[in-house]
Amino acid sequence: MTDVTVLNKKEEFGRSTQEVLLNLGPQHPSTHGVLRLILEMEGEIVTRVDPFIGYLHRGTEKLAENFTYTQIFPLTDRLDYLCPPSNNLAFALAVEKLLGIEAPERAQYIRVLTVELARISGHLLIVGALPMDLGAMTTLLYTMREREMVMDLMEMICGARMHTSYCRVGGVREDLPEGFTERVSEFCRILPKRFADYERLIARNRIFLSRTKGVGVISAEDAIDLGLSGPNLRASGVDWDMRRDNPYEIYDRLDFNVIVRENGDCYDRWICRIDEMRESVRIIEQCVDAMPGGRFMIDMPTVAFPVDKNVLRCSMETHIQHFELSAFGFKVPAGEVYVSIEAPKGELGFYIISDGSEKPCRMKVRAPSFVNLQALLGRATNMNYLADVIAMLGSLDPVIAEVDK
Amino acid sequence: MGALENRFPDNVFFSTADSLINWGRKSALWPETFGIACCAIEMIAAGCSRYDLDRFGIVFRSSPRQSDVMIIAGTVTKKFAPVVRRLFDQMPEPRWVIAMGTCAISGGVYNTYAVVQGSDLIVPVDVHVPGCPPRPEALMHGFVLLQEKIQRSHVLRRGGPVHAVGS
Repeated sequence: MTDVTVLNKKEEFGRSTQEVLLNLGPQHPSTHGVLRLILEMEGEIVTRVDPFIGYLHRGTEKLAENFTYTQIFPLTDRLDYLCPPSNNLAFALAVEKLLGIEAPERAQYIRVLTVELARISGHLLIVGALPMDLGAMTTLLYTMREREMVMDLMEMICGARMHTSYCRVGGVREDLPEGFTERVSEFCRILPKRFADYERLIARNRIFLSRTKGVGVISAEDAIDLGLSGPNLRASGVDWDMRRDNPYEIYDRLDFNVIVRENGDCYDRWICRIDEMRESVRIIEQCVDAMPGGRFMIDMPTVAFPVDKNVLRCSMETHIQHFELSAFGFKVPAGEVYVSIEAPKGELGFYIISDGSEKPCRMKVRAPSFVNLQALLGRATNMNYLADVIAMLGSLDPVIAEVDK
Repeated sequence: MGALENRFPDNVFFSTADSLINWGRKSALWPETFGIACCAIEMIAAGCSRYDLDRFGIVFRSSPRQSDVMIIAGTVTKKFAPVVRRLFDQMPEPRWVIAMGTCAISGGVYNTYAVVQGSDLIVPVDVHVPGCPPRPEALMHGFVLLQEKIQRSHVLRRGGPVHAVGS
């Protein structure tokens, strides 16, 4: 799918050069899905990058207007499909804010645990995928090995590998299964050693360094101007993390560092993610240690499904409540709410307008990938060659499903 | 080869041309690296360390010109449908299509203004792999089914359809 259009020819230094338009994508192995870039090039030098999006626009926001609040959870899974639990959490927090409720403490711990697991799985993929885009396939095979461990844990929790839909308004779907704590602890023990492996494997590789160090530099001011968030922002030296600066759930009780780098180049964005995974491991360990007992779902018959299946069997009222909830959903008070969390890609926000019915009147997603993709547009970056665009795109880590929604 | 060297007479192997050609075709199915959405991640997982599709002779290629199978791994939107068709047209024959995941099979939950309700509306699909997303094992099962289908097809026989499914 590579079309070359010659824009204009000119004579320079006794040679004839020509400016061309290069079409990269939408089907290209290093565009991370179906992104299409129009590149204006002078020889191998890129003069302008123009991203074309919309190839994966599925109408999630419109679809959400016809779904009840519980039915929307699977839709949020499929936005940033590398880390569904964080999308679930953001949506659940928004609806909970409208309802004016809060999940029980145990549910909050479980949610944070799954979100950090998802952060690891999302970061693992990009830590392997960026070297692959630059021609080093091996790292991906190693990171996918560890990613399968996360997938196993997710499967243990809810039976699905990727699209968990584990979160609910007012808690989580099920309690943690038996033996899960041990598995997570073992995972937390193994993983940091593997990070050292990746660093030995690729972080000091000469080719990798020369393709990423000093390439695609985004200064701190530009990063803020462009509205970047997440690791892309922190790699540019801006110390901002929603988990610490605007804490939700139980993050204010946890001890973790916010990883900040200085240079804002592709290498820093890549290494920032490895360091963030180390912090995620620490958070998971703390969650496992401090996991309180009690309910995993709020005790509120109008919103939450009955937890005890035995009660469901013998109580007519509970039966009716279960039927009403599954057939019609629950009503949410009229109002507007915006809640954002620190998703692996950056600030993920849900803006919901409710008219008091069971379905949202309007749902808007503030997708971090969409905003981060702006960094490709030019002025902020230091991309010279066509190959640098690939490194830049890989290090920004956009998920096109989230960009296009 | 030391122990086997010069121990046997020249061998003659009888087979039908069809089964020999089909054996060759099914043993080196090269799919296109063509991830659209969520299913692509499971497709990558199937190709990576644990599931290792290479064991089936399945090696991902980046160009449609070099590939035999197209795995439609994700939601085909109306904006993307012409691209899917164009990529299919660019593949050399014989070519096969696996529709991976509910979105590619029927549009799935995305019954909206933007989504094609089933990729078989634009390309001929050989194998449907259900799931949202299908597990890597399911994709492997899809490949095995495709291999069985290829083994049943008639290549050289005159008159018959090229890829008829036998009984």
